[in-house]
Amino acid sequence: MHLLKRYIIPRLIQWLVVIFVGVTVAFIVPRLSPLDPVQNTLNRMAVYGLMYPEAVESLRATLEELYGLKGTVFEQYIAFWKRLLTGDFGPSLSVFPTPVIQLILQALPWTIGLLVTSTITAWILGIVIGTLAGVYSESRFSKVLETLVMCISPIPYYIMALTLVLLFAYLIPIFPLAGGAAIGLRPSFSWTFISSVLKHGFLPAFSLVIISMGWYFLSQKALTSTLVASDFVTYARIAAVPRRTILYRYLIRNSLLPQATDLALGLGSVFGGALITEVVFSYPGIGQVLNTAIFQGDFNLMMGIIILSVVGIATGALIIDLLYPLLDPRVRYH
Amino acid sequence: MEVLRDLLRYDRRFLIGFIITVLVLLVFPLSLLSPYEPTARRVVPTNLPPSWEYPLGTNALGQDIAWNLIFAVRNTLIIGLLSALLSRMIATFNGLISGYIGGVTDRVLSTITDSLIVLPRLPILVFLSFVMRGQLSIWGIALILAFLDWAWPSKRYRSQVLSLREREFTETALFSGMSTFSVVTREHLPFLVPYIMADVISGFIWAMGMEITLSVLGLTSLSIPTIGTMIYWANYYQAILRGIWWWIGPPVVVAIATVIAFYLLSVSLSEFLDPRTRLQRIKVRPEMG
Repeated sequence: MHLLKRYIIPRLIQWLVVIFVGVTVAFIVPRLSPLDPVQNTLNRMAVYGLMYPEAVESLRATLEELYGLKGTVFEQYIAFWKRLLTGDFGPSLSVFPTPVIQLILQALPWTIGLLVTSTITAWILGIVIGTLAGVYSESRFSKVLETLVMCISPIPYYIMALTLVLLFAYLIPIFPLAGGAAIGLRPSFSWTFISSVLKHGFLPAFSLVIISMGWYFLSQKALTSTLVASDFVTYARIAAVPRRTILYRYLIRNSLLPQATDLALGLGSVFGGALITEVVFSYPGIGQVLNTAIFQGDFNLMMGIIILSVVGIATGALIIDLLYPLLDPRVRYH
Repeated sequence: MEVLRDLLRYDRRFLIGFIITVLVLLVFPLSLLSPYEPTARRVVPTNLPPSWEYPLGTNALGQDIAWNLIFAVRNTLIIGLLSALLSRMIATFNGLISGYIGGVTDRVLSTITDSLIVLPRLPILVFLSFVMRGQLSIWGIALILAFLDWAWPSKRYRSQVLSLREREFTETALFSGMSTFSVVTREHLPFLVPYIMADVISGFIWAMGMEITLSVLGLTSLSIPTIGTMIYWANYYQAILRGIWWWIGPPVVVAIATVIAFYLLSVSLSEFLDPRTRLQRIKVRPEMG
C-alpha cells in the first residue's frame, strides 16, 4: 500500500504529465506557424486547374473541418484530444484521404524490426564487453578497445552513417544502397524474402549498433570499475567466492539496474523511428515517413508520428519504473 | 594554470584534444580575413579540384571551399557553444534551487525536469524547425537546442547538491547567517563548476550533431554556411556521385576531428576531477586478476 502511494502513483502522474505536455506542444506549435496548412493545400490544388471562388470557399470550409481548425482554439483543443483518444490522427495531407494511422502502421513493422534488433544487440554487446573491460581495466586489449570506442562514439550519427554508406555500398558494394528488401518482393515467409530483408537491414542495423553500443560500453565500464573497487567485492574475494560468481552474480546484476533504464528508453524511442538511419539508408520505416512528411509539409502525419513517439517513450519509461522494485530490492524497502 | 600544465604533460588524450581544439578555434580570427562575404556565391570558377590558388578547391556554387569551411566551422562552433552554455546555465540554476530548497519546490521542478528528459527530442526539434523553416538563424537554433538540452544535466547537478547539502560546511554557513542565495552560489557552486565544465563539452557535441542533422534535412536557413549546410549543399549537388570529394570531405573530416578533440578533453577533465578514478590512476585499486 505504501509502495503504491509513494512510488506507483507519482510515476503514473508523471506519465500523464509527459503525454499531456507532448500532445499540447504538438497542438500549439503548428498554430504558431506562419504557414497555413489550409492555404497550402488550396495552393497545391490550384496548380491543377482554375477553380471557382465558391468552390474554393467550400473546399476551405471542408479542409478546416478536416484539419480540426474549426471554432475557438479551446474547442479545437478539446476536439483534438477527443480524436486522439479514439486513435484518429486525421487524414494524411500528402497522400490525401489515407488516414495517418494507416501510413504509420504500414511502416511500423520495418522500424520495429530494425530498431528492436539493433537496440538489444547493442545493449547486450555493450554490457558484456563493458563489464570485461571494467574488470580487466589494466589489460592492453581493454585499453585499445576503450580508445577505439572513445573515438567512434562521439561522431555525429549522420556522419557515421554517411561514411558507412560510402564505404560499404558505394566504394566496396557488398551491401545494397537502399530499401528494406529487393524491389518487387512480396512479404512472405520464404527464404528469398527473409534473406533479402537481412541483407538490406544489415548496414543500417550495424551503424545503429556501433553508435549506441559505444555509450552502453562506456557507462558499463565506468559502473563496473566503481563496483570492482567497492567493499562487498573485496569481502567476497576475501571470503573466497569464485571469481566467476563475483563477475556474473554480483557485478553484472548490480550494474544492470541503471542499464535497464537505458534499454527501456531505447526501446521506447522505437516509435519515433530512426529518422537519420532511415533517410540515409532509404529504409521504409517510420523515420522515412516522417522525412516525407517534412518535405511535403504534411502536418497531420508529422503530428501523428510525434505524438506516437512521445507516448512510446513515456510508456517505456513508465514500464521500467514500475518494474524497478522487482529488479532492485532497495527501492521496495525505501 | 598548473592544472593545465599537468594535464598537458601527463595525459596524452588531453594533449591531442588541446592541440586540435586550438587549431579549430583559429577559425575565429581567420574568418575576419576572408576576402568573400560568408553567403557570397559565384565568386570563383566552379568545381575546381584543390590547387595552390584554392587550397581545398571550389564547389558547384562558385565558392572557395577553404573560406567557406572556415565560416562553416565558426558558425557551428557558435551554435554549439552558445547552446551548451545556455542549457548548462538553466540546468545549474534549476539544479541548485531544486536540490537546495527541496520540498514542494523540488518536487514540482523535478517533475518538470523528468518529463522533459523522456520527451523525444529529435522529432520535436524536427517539428519546431519545420514550422519555422528557413527562418532559423544560428542564434535561433542555439536557443531551441539549449531549451531541449537542460533536463539531464539539471538532474545530475541536483543530485550533486543533495549530497553537498548534507555536508557540515552547509550547516556552518547557515549558522553563521549566510542567506540561502549566498550559500548556494558561494558554497555549493564552486564544487559544481568542474562537473559543469566537463558537461558543457558533452552539450556542445550534442548540439553540433543536432545542427548537422537538422541542416542535412534542409530544416535550417541553408544560405548560412555551417558544417551541416555544407554537407546539405554537397548532397544537393550530388558531390559524392560526381566525385567532388573535396566538397563533402572537409566538413566531414573537420566535424569528426572537432568532436573527438572535445570529447577527449571532456573525458580527460572529468577523470582528472573524479577522486575515484584518481585513486585508480595511482594504482591503489585491488586487483581482480
